Order: sequence, then structure tokens, then C-alpha cells
Amino acid sequence: MSIVYLLIPLGLVLVGLGLWAFFWAVGSGQFDDLDSPGWSIFEDDQRPKADGTGDDGKPR
Amino acid sequence: MTRGGSPCFHCGEAIPAGTVILARIHQREEAVCCHGCKAVAEFISGAGLDDYYKYRDAAAARADEVPRTDRWSAYDRPDLVERLTRPEADGARSITVLLEGMRCSACSWLADKALHLQSGVLDVSVNPATARARLVWDPAKVRLGDLLRVLEHVGLRPHPLAGEPAEQFAIAERRTALKRLAVAGFGMMQVMMFAVPLYIGESSGMEADIRELLRLVSMLVSVPVALYAGWPFYQGAWQAIRARSISMDVPVSIGIVLAFVASVWNALRHQGEVYFDSVTMFVFFLSLGRYVEMIARHRAGSVADALARLAPVTARRAHGAAVEDVQAVELQPGDEILVRTGEVFAADGSVIEGDGRVDESMLTGESTATPKPVGATVHAGTHNLGAPLRVQVTAVADRTVLAGIVALLERAQAERPRLAKAADRAAAWFLGRILFGAAAVFAIWWFVDPTRAFPAALAVLVVTCPCALSLATPAAIAAATAALARRGVLVAHSDALETLARATHILWDKTGTLTRGLIRVEEIRTFADLTETDCLRLAVALERMSEHPIAKAFLASGSPGTTASEVEVVAGQGLEGSVDGRRLRIGSPSFAAGLSAARVPAALEGESWVCLGGLDGLLAAFRLTDQLRPEAGECVAQLAQLGLASEIASGDEAVCVARIAERSGVTSHASRLRPEEKLARLKALQAEGKVVMAVGDGINDAPLLQGADVAVAMGHGSALAQTSADLILVRDSLEELPGTVALARRTQRIVRQNLTWSIVYNLLALPIAAFGLVPPWVAAIGMSLSSVAVVLNAMRLSRSPRDPQGRIWSPSRPAEVA
Repeated sequence: MSIVYLLIPLGLVLVGLGLWAFFWAVGSGQFDDLDSPGWSIFEDDQRPKADGTGDDGKPR
Repeated sequence: MTRGGSPCFHCGEAIPAGTVILARIHQREEAVCCHGCKAVAEFISGAGLDDYYKYRDAAAARADEVPRTDRWSAYDRPDLVERLTRPEADGARSITVLLEGMRCSACSWLADKALHLQSGVLDVSVNPATARARLVWDPAKVRLGDLLRVLEHVGLRPHPLAGEPAEQFAIAERRTALKRLAVAGFGMMQVMMFAVPLYIGESSGMEADIRELLRLVSMLVSVPVALYAGWPFYQGAWQAIRARSISMDVPVSIGIVLAFVASVWNALRHQGEVYFDSVTMFVFFLSLGRYVEMIARHRAGSVADALARLAPVTARRAHGAAVEDVQAVELQPGDEILVRTGEVFAADGSVIEGDGRVDESMLTGESTATPKPVGATVHAGTHNLGAPLRVQVTAVADRTVLAGIVALLERAQAERPRLAKAADRAAAWFLGRILFGAAAVFAIWWFVDPTRAFPAALAVLVVTCPCALSLATPAAIAAATAALARRGVLVAHSDALETLARATHILWDKTGTLTRGLIRVEEIRTFADLTETDCLRLAVALERMSEHPIAKAFLASGSPGTTASEVEVVAGQGLEGSVDGRRLRIGSPSFAAGLSAARVPAALEGESWVCLGGLDGLLAAFRLTDQLRPEAGECVAQLAQLGLASEIASGDEAVCVARIAERSGVTSHASRLRPEEKLARLKALQAEGKVVMAVGDGINDAPLLQGADVAVAMGHGSALAQTSADLILVRDSLEELPGTVALARRTQRIVRQNLTWSIVYNLLALPIAAFGLVPPWVAAIGMSLSSVAVVLNAMRLSRSPRDPQGRIWSPSRPAEVA
């Protein structure tokens, strides 16, 4: 059973790492908006060109 | 008028009967409710953004008026824009705007897409939770005014924010809360992992050194949970104690501190029980509850946001003939400003030129526009519907009437009477029973074995508090909050459910709450050989030339109208003009009859009729009313059945209030009340010992809502009203209100059941288990089953019984009338 003397500190170190990563993510704004990034997959298709015509070349 | 059949394609509201307005979407015609929605829907479709209608999960806000593009002209001026916005890299500028009408993630997608269609837009980040968008653009390629126009065209009215301290504060608060929650969550998982072997070791034997190791490691992990994650509770408790009151934080803190200190003591002296698993679980569940509540509170918005939506940021200052756009904060008393038709006053002042009509409904609740001749006083935040006015500024910024109401509100918010009271009752109820139980255990053991009396009493205190407080109450409140959210009722302050269950009296606002807040043509009487449709067509042709709210009622009737010429506005009377070659007048009965010198029929006296008259006598009379919400009558009746007495407190005229009161079945009503008079009426009721629920939607209701024991705001109401509210009816319908009251009462019953169960079980089981009268594994299983029972009991709230109409409650369920 002496293996627990290694495994428990190891587990604590991993928890510490996880917490550090989470704090970093919160601090850098990863959790500020959880809804709209899901919509970003719609953003790339069909974005009309800046010259005022759509992808099909017709004026908007 | 009955509820129309189909919902509006854009906003989802029922289309009033007789209204036929079609928007062309992809060669198909879709029915919409008004011209505002038509304009928005056609713009969205025309810009290739139809996907919005596929992906959205909430209907759009109603677009009441056709977008006005000149509102943003001040934002086209580079020097003004420079002062209002922040510089970014490469000469770009950025600004944060609040978007009114943002309902779901699809709205944020729509804003993003629509802005990116403009060239010169560098970055857009829209946050649907706070309804804010940050725009970064290149001023050399596009003007800010154009971007704001685009947003208004897609139905999201922008309100540029000069600074953003409130937003920063909300983000910081949210981030800290998330970190504390994470510490509590990770800590709880770790401690549970060590607790399981400890429990098993109790029964099957375990080496002493491993047992000590597990206990010490549990302690190590619990320290940050108790100190960092639990910190807000100690802060709250300390504040309450310093203010010589008791809040829910007090027993919570006592529970955490006692359990933690006792466990640390036992862990260090290597004997006795440790409760680290209870402590961490307790902190985690409580933090989770607080976090969810905080998110709801942020969504309800802040007072600063609400102000930003009301008063315009810019004004047009006149020096003789010269006119310049200035920031509203630069205005001084004595300045002269020009306010065009459709604009909002930036400051209080008196009219020095022009004959205006001002919509003051946000201050007074009056549904019709007030005439403002030269010399009359106008207020910041109100809407100019009549002719352009030249106004001499008398008060700016924090000296305006609007700012006065906001100050009133902030003071009421700071006092927070109802929150303190509600928490006080629950905490006192709970503390009393726990202390009584612990004393009883101590007394019993004193006779059995005096040396065991103190540890037994401590065990009861330490384990009962966490179990009951972390599970019994929060689980029930969370289940009820979730059930209500699914029904479109947003709970901003969870304490409100407790007070709502005890409410005895309801104060209703009229305009916008019991009624829809929109004037509509309700009845047409014809006097000549013209049909109703023809008369309406002629009326619409004339009214199209007017900005008066009465004109909106005619335009919303959906009649196509024809063209009118030589139209002139006669102030305070009506309109005169030529339609199809006929000379016509529309307006007050005597004015309309004046064209032919006909007599006004006696039937038209007294009521609010608008008449159409020609050269050969009166043609038609239209009765306009602010429509009662279709569900209002039933709602009032159901609430009465639940034992709540209704009363209307309105700022509107006595005649209008009396009619609405009669139709909705409310017997007592008061009219022409200013916000402070409404608050006085509320205080009078509270002094009689009534627990008052207030329902409102406008700025003028905000102080009332803030002072009420429970405040309910309508979803489409003003932002200021929503910040003062405990509950927000997101779907802008009263339908769910009786069900919410019934659910609050059930929640209260379940909380009491859970607390009673926790106390009784722990009182009986703990002392027995602690002294080896039952094997520890039986006690452990018993504790877990007890917790599961409490959670399952709470979960009954989220599976609410439904009646055939899908409401939570129906009058045929007398069992719910507590």
C-alpha cells in the first residue's frame, strides 16, 4: 500500500495543474461568452464580397 | 378585438385581427404585424441573412416604428465620433454599443453578419448575454452613423456607450465567481475521493498511517476551498452582523467555520470525526447556486445600462441660426437645443419655439401624447412626436427628472428591504430549529453519559447545517428556477420565490402591463353611405402625414390607404387635407364636424372618439383604445383564486383606468399617480401588513418595483423596470403569472419538508451512529440516502404537472390553492 504515498501527491499535482489551466482560461476571457462562438461556423460561408455583390455576382 | 390567428413572421406576436401587412421574403409573402416588422424582415432578407429566421430560438423584439435613419446623423461627424470612441491600432476606432431587442444567439449572429457586410468594419464581437457589441472600424472607409443605421435596420436598436465601467465590473465579478467555483469543485472531487476509502476503512479496517495520511491530505485540499471559495459567505455574514441583522450568510458561515475548525482540530490530534467532505460539498453547492443567480442578475441588466438606453448621447445646440452637434453632457442650463420630430430630449427644458406633442408615457404612464406649447416644460428621455422644437435647457445630467427617478431607485436598491427581510425569516426559522435540536441532544446525552453530551451536540450542529443548507434549500430553489425559466419566467433574485409564496396583494401598472401599450382602432361607426373599409382607407391616408400616436393606431390597422394632398396639422384638433378630391378632416368630433357645420351626435360625447368628417357631414367615428392583454382577465381571476387581491395604480386618466379595471375584473384602482405616489400607495399597503407584489413595465414603475416585496417586470418593458425586478416575464405575457405563484408556494412547501426531514433525520441518526449503536457503514449509507431523498423531493418541482393548455397551473387544481 505504500504506493499511495506516491499516487496521492501526484494526484494533487495534477489537480493543481488543472486549476492553474482553468484560472488561466478564465483570466484570458475564454469563459466570458459561451453562446455566440457556436454561431461562428456560419460566418465563413456566403460572406458577400466587399464590392457590394454576392457570391453569385448579383448585386445585393 | 380578438387575438389574431397567425403570429407575425418577424416578432412572433399575434397579428391584430383585420391587419394585412405582407413582407416579401424570397418571392413569398409572409404576414407581419406592423410596418416596422415589415421593414426589418425585408432588410434582413434583402441582405441575404435569412438564416437568422432558421436558427433563432426566441422571437425578435417588435419593431414599433419604421426605422428612422436621421437619428444617427450626429455619429457621422468625425470630431464628435473621436470624442465618443476609443482609438485602436492603425487609425481604427472602437466603441461599445448596447443592443436593444437582443433575444438569443441568432440575434448576435445577425448583428455580426449585417455589420460585416459593410466595408471598413474590422472586428465585431457581440455578447448575447450582456447584449453588447464591440465594434472596430476604419473611419476612413465607413462612418459610425452608417453602422448604427445598419443595426437599427435589422431590428437591434443600438445605444452607444461612452464608457463601460458596469460591463467591466460584471466581467470581473463573473470571472472571480468562476474561479471560486472551480476551486470548490476540484476540492470537492478530491476530498470525496479520499472520503470513500475512509468510510470503507471504518468498517473493514485500515492501516492507521494510511488513514492519517488521507485525513491530512483531505485537510490540505479543504483549506483553499474553505478560505478562498468560501470567502464571499464570510464577507456577507460579517456585513450582516455589523448591520445588526441576520442574513442567510450567517448560518452558512457558522456551518462552514464550525465544521472546518472541528475537522482540522480532529485531524491534527489524530482522533474523532472529520467532516471535510461535508465542508467542500457545502461550499461547492452554495457557490453554484450563487453563480447561477449572478448570471440571471447580470442578464437583468444594471441601472447604468438602463440610463444609456433612455437619454441620447448627443444633442443639437443652436446659437442663433448656427447649429452644432454636441455631447449631451456638454450642455449647460441656458443653452438652446433643437429637437426634431421623433427625437428624444437630451435635457430638461422649456419650449421657446414650436408647438410640440411629447410622448411622456415613460415618466407618467399616460398613453396619449401631451401637447407642449411655448413655455411648457419638457423632460429628458421623453420623445418628441410633434413639430420640431427649440428648447431652452433648464436642467442637465443628474438634475433632470429622469436622473431623479434613477436616484430614487438607487437609494431603494441600497436599502434592499425585501431581500434582507426574506433571508432574515428563512435564516431565523432554520437557526432556531437547529439550535433547539442541538440543545435537546445535549440534554438527553447529559442524562445518559455527560462526557459524550458535548461531542454529540457538536456533531448535530456540524453535519445538519451543511446537509440542510447545501442540499435542502438550494436544490429546491434551483429546480423551481429551472422550471420557471423553461416557461419564460426569469428569476433574478432567488429569495423572491420565498416572498412570492407569501404575497397577498398585487399592484398592477396599467399601460404596457394589463394592456399591450399600443393604441388600436377598436370600433368603427359609419354615418354616411361609405363602408367601414372605405372610411378607414381615407383616415389612413390623412393620418399617414402625422407623427401623433393616434396616427400609429390607424397605420397599424393595415388598411392600404391612398394618397392625401394639402394636408395640414391643426394643433390639438386633428388633420385636414384632400383625399381622392374630397376635402376631409380627421380629429376630435367637433373639429371634424366643423367642416360641414354638422351637429355632433350625442353618442360620441364623453368617450374618446376620433371622427372623420367631410363637406357634407360626418362620415365615420373610430374608437381607439389601448387593448387589454387577452390573458389579463383570466390572470387576475386566477390570482384572486390563489388569494391575491388586485389593485391598479396607474399614471393614466381616470376614464381609461376605470375601463381597463372593469374589463380585467380588478375592483380597486387609482389613476393619475406619479411614481412617488405609487410608492406611497405601496408603503400604505405594506404598513397594513400586506405582502405586496408589483407588476409593471415602465420607467415610472421602477421605484414601485424596487419598493415592492416582490417585483415582476414585463419582458418588453423598459430596461430600468427590469433592473428593479425579481422576476421577468420574458415572453411578455401574463399567462404564466398565476402558475409562478403556485410554483413558488410548492417550492416553499418542499423546502420546509426538506429542512424538517434533514433536521429530524440528523437529530435521530447522528448521535446513535456517533457512539457505535449502529455500524458506521449503515450510517454512511443512511446519510447518502437521506441526501438523495432530499434532492429527489426537490426535483419534483421541475416536473410540474401540466393542464391541457400547457400551463403550470389551472384553476381546476384546487390542491394548489394553499
